Amino acid sequence: MKLHLLYTCSISLLIMQNLSLWQWTLSLHLHSMLLLRISTKLWKQRIAFELKKYAPDIITLVRTPKEMYHIPLKVALFFLLNPFTVLTCVAKSTCAINNAIIAVFVLATVKGSAFISAIFLALAAYQSLYPVALFAPALLYLAQKHHLIVSFHSMDFVVYLLKYAVMFIGCLLISLCLSFFLLSSWSFIPSTYGFILSVPDLTPNIGLFWYFFAEMFEHFRLFFVCVFQINVFFYTLPLSVKLRDHPMFFMFIQIAIIAIFKSYPTVGDVALYMAFLPMWNHLYRFLRNIFVVSCLLISSSVLFPVLWHLWIYSGSANSNFYYAITLAFNVGQILLVSDYFYAFIRREYHLVEGLHLKSKDGKEAHIVLK
Amino acid sequence: MGLLSDPSHRQVLTKLITKMSSPLCLLCYVAGITWFLGLAFEPLILRMYTSENAMGSTMVDENFVYGDRALLYGREFSGHRRGGMPVDWLVKTLSGLGLEAHTQSFSRTLPFPDELRERYMVMGTNVYGILRASRAASTESIVLSTPVDVKQNSQAVGLLLALASYFRGQIYWAKDIILLFNEHDMIGMEAWLEAYHDVNVTAISSSVMQGRAGAIQAAISIELSSDVITSFDVSVEGLDGQLPNLDLVNLFSSFCQKNGVLCTIQGKLPRRDGDTLEGYLHSLHTMLLMVLKQGSGKAQGDHGLFLRYHIEAITIRGINSFRQYKFDMVTVGKLFEGIVRKLNNLLERLHQSYFFYLLPSLSRFVSIGYYMPAFIFLLLVLMLKALDLWIKLSKVPACPTDCGDEDLRPGFLTIAVPVFICHAMGLALYYVPLLCQDTAIKHFPVSETEAVVFTSIAIYVAGMALPHNTQRALPVELTDYGWMTLKLMAILYLSLLLGSIALINFSLGFILAVWLTPAAALVQPAHYRLLTALLLMLLSPATVVILGIYVYHELAEQPVSALDCWQLFLQAVAESILDHHLYGSIVYPFAALLLYPCWLLLWNVAFWK
Repeated sequence: MKLHLLYTCSISLLIMQNLSLWQWTLSLHLHSMLLLRISTKLWKQRIAFELKKYAPDIITLVRTPKEMYHIPLKVALFFLLNPFTVLTCVAKSTCAINNAIIAVFVLATVKGSAFISAIFLALAAYQSLYPVALFAPALLYLAQKHHLIVSFHSMDFVVYLLKYAVMFIGCLLISLCLSFFLLSSWSFIPSTYGFILSVPDLTPNIGLFWYFFAEMFEHFRLFFVCVFQINVFFYTLPLSVKLRDHPMFFMFIQIAIIAIFKSYPTVGDVALYMAFLPMWNHLYRFLRNIFVVSCLLISSSVLFPVLWHLWIYSGSANSNFYYAITLAFNVGQILLVSDYFYAFIRREYHLVEGLHLKSKDGKEAHIVLK
Repeated sequence: MGLLSDPSHRQVLTKLITKMSSPLCLLCYVAGITWFLGLAFEPLILRMYTSENAMGSTMVDENFVYGDRALLYGREFSGHRRGGMPVDWLVKTLSGLGLEAHTQSFSRTLPFPDELRERYMVMGTNVYGILRASRAASTESIVLSTPVDVKQNSQAVGLLLALASYFRGQIYWAKDIILLFNEHDMIGMEAWLEAYHDVNVTAISSSVMQGRAGAIQAAISIELSSDVITSFDVSVEGLDGQLPNLDLVNLFSSFCQKNGVLCTIQGKLPRRDGDTLEGYLHSLHTMLLMVLKQGSGKAQGDHGLFLRYHIEAITIRGINSFRQYKFDMVTVGKLFEGIVRKLNNLLERLHQSYFFYLLPSLSRFVSIGYYMPAFIFLLLVLMLKALDLWIKLSKVPACPTDCGDEDLRPGFLTIAVPVFICHAMGLALYYVPLLCQDTAIKHFPVSETEAVVFTSIAIYVAGMALPHNTQRALPVELTDYGWMTLKLMAILYLSLLLGSIALINFSLGFILAVWLTPAAALVQPAHYRLLTALLLMLLSPATVVILGIYVYHELAEQPVSALDCWQLFLQAVAESILDHHLYGSIVYPFAALLLYPCWLLLWNVAFWK
C-alpha cells in the first residue's frame, strides 16, 4: 500500500520534472525507495538491545509500531516534495547521484552487509571525498548488528574493524586504479580531490568558505584551508564516543555535518539529511527552537535569490548582503542539528532516569543545558 | 543560547509575550510610523556628500557659447516634425556635425490598447549619433538622450545638437558620447537598450544595432519645453523602484549651484529652514511624494530603464514657470557640459555612494541604515503575533477523557486546501484577464482595456466569495487550532513577502506593511462577521492602490474627486499590467501571484466558522 503511494508520488513528480532528465529522476526514485526501507529497520534493533535498563514511568517515550507505521511514507514525502530536491533536479546537478549512492550505502549498512556497504561507501568517497567520515557510524552500526562489544580491547571488534577498513580501502583503490586506466594518467586526483581540499574556485554558493577565502591574504590561506577542512572531520571522534550506542543517529548527524561544513555544499546535500528528520518524530516534544529554526531556514532560502538578484543584476547590493543570508542559513542548519542532538540526548536521559525528575529533597526538577 | 534553552527564562519570555502581546504590537506599530515620519526632520539626517573620488576634486571650466545654435536647431526640428519623427533630417544633421549617425527601428504590439497614450501597435525608429573620443579606445560611453514624442520637447533636441557640435571640437573626451533620440518614449528606450546589450527581456522586435560605443557608464535623459527656463527638476525613481547612485544626484545639484540655477526635486522649491515646523512639513511632503512614486514601481522618466542594466541614469526636466529670473540656453548648455565633463572623469562605474536612499530635499538624504528600522518595527508586529500564536498552539490542553491528538491538531487538508485555492486564485488573477480578453469583448460591450481591467477586478472580488463555499465542501471539522495554524502561516508568509519586497523596493514594502500589518494582526473569526469583513476589505491591496492615488494627488496639489479616483485606479491597474508586459516590471506579478493569495488567506481566517 505504501509502496503504491510512493510509486504514484514519484511518478507524478517525474512527470512534473520533465521525463528527459531520466538519469536524475531514476536516481531520485531509487533513492526514495531506499530511504523507505532503511527507516523500517532501525527501531527493531534498538528496542531489542536495551529494554532492561529503562526507568518504570517512561511508557510514553517508547515508540510503538502503530505510530511508526507512516514513517517510511513521511521520509519519502519529505525527500520527494522538498523544494531543495526539486531544485537539484531542475539544475541537473550530480548531487542527486551522490545522494543516491549514500542512500544505498545506508541501506546496505542497515541490512548488515558489510561488503556492499563498503563498496558504496568507497563509491561515495570516490565521488566527493567527505563521505569518508561516514566510516565510523557504519562501523558502529555493523558492530552493533553483529552483537560485538565496541571497545579496542575486544579482539573481535578490532578484527571486524580491520576487515571493514580493508574492504573499504580496497574498493576505493580499485575505483582509483580503474580511473587511472581510463585516463592513462593520475592528473584526475589533483583535479578532483585537490580541488575539493584546496578550494581554488570562490564562486558564491550556500557554504561558508567562499567569502572567507575571498577576503583572506595569500599568506594565511594554507592555514585556514587546513583549519576549515579539519572542521568537517573533527566532530567524528567525539560523536562516535558519545553516540556509540546510537549509530543511526550518529549517521544522520554526520551526514548533516558534512552537508553544512563541506567546501562546496549544495541544497541537494541539505535535502538528504532533511529526509531523515521524520525518523525522529518522537523527539518533537523535547525540541526547543524548532519555530525559530524553521523560520530562519525558510526566510533565508527565500532571501537567497532576492539578494543574489540585487547583487549581481541590479548592482545595488554587494557580497556582504548575500553572505549575511548564507550565514543565517548555516546558523539555522547548525541550530537544527544541535536541537535534534539535544532532544535525543535528553530522551535517553529520561529513559534511564524517568520522566518526572525529582531532586534530592523530592521537589520537581528541570533539566537545564549550561 | 542561555535565553533559548533555560526553561525558567523561556517561561518568563513566553508569559511576557502572551500577556503583553497587544500593547507591544501597538507600540511597535506606532514606533514604526513615528520613526518614518521623523526621517524628514532635517537636523536628524545626513547632508549630501560626494563619495566618488574622481568626481569630487576636479574643477571644470565651462565654455559653452552656442545658445543660439541650440535655438536654431530646435526650430528646425519642430519645423520638420510634422509627420512624426524626422529621421532623415536627424541623420543628416548628426552626420553633418561629424558624428556617426545610426537608426534603429522597432515594433511592438501591446497586449491591449494603452488608452492613456492612445497606442496599440507601436512602430518607430530611434536615431542615435556616436561622438567618438579622439584619443581613447571607445571602451566606455556616456549617453545623453531625449524622448522625441513628449509634447514640446523640441528644445531638448536643439540643445543636444548644439552640445554635440561643441563637444566635437574638444579633445579631452576619454569616453564616447552617444546622443540618443528615442521615439515612443519608454518603448523606444527599451528597444534601444535591449538591442545595445543584445538581450531579449521583453517581446519587442527591433532591427540589428549598427553601431555601438562600448560599455555605457552613465546616462542623462533631458526634457526641455521652452527657450528659457526658471528651474531644473530631477527625477530619480526608476522601474521597480530602483534608484541611481546618489553621486549622480549630487553631481546635478552641485552643478546647479555652481551655475546659480534653481534646482528642485518632486517639483518643490528648496528651503533653508529645515528645523522649523513648516520646513519639516515641506521635507515630509517631498519625501512622501518620492515614496509614493517609488512605491508605484513606474519609471518616472526614460532613465528608469537604464538602471536595470547597471547604468546610473537620471532625468532632468527644464521647467519654465512664472518666476522672474530666467536662464537662457547658454547657462543650460554650460550646466550639461559641466555634468558630462565630470562624468568623463570617472575611472570606474559609480558605486561608492548609496543605492538605497530617500530624498526629503536636494541637500539631505536618508540612507538605508536610517529608514530600515521603521520597517523592522512593522515586521516586529507580525513576528510578535506569530510567536503569540505559536505559544498558544503548543499549549496542548490536558484532556481527561478520550479526545486524542488528532482532534485538536488540524489535519493536513484543513490547511492545504485554503492555501491551494488562494494561490489558484492568484494564478487566475495573473493569467485570466489577458487570456480571456477576446471572449469578454464578444459578450460585453466594452473595449479591450476595460475588459482586462474589469476581469481582474472581478476575479479579485470573486476570490472573496470562496471561503463560504470551500468550507462547505471540506469534510473536516473546523476547530480553533485550524484557524490559528492558518493565521500563523499567513502571518509568516506576509512577513516573508514584505521583507523580500522591501529589499528590492523599500517604498512599496513600507506602504504595504503600514496598511496590511493591522489586517494580519487583528483578523480572527469573530461573531460580527460584517465588521471583520469591512475591516479586511478596507485593509486590502486594492485599497492601498486607491488610497495611494488619492494621497499622491493631494500631495501633488491636484486634488481628485471620488469618481476621478476610481478612473485613475482603473488606469493604474491597466498601466501596471502594461508595464509588466512591456518593460518586465515585477510589481503586478508580485501583487497578483503572491500578495493577493496572502490576503485571501487572511480572508479565509476571518470566515473560518
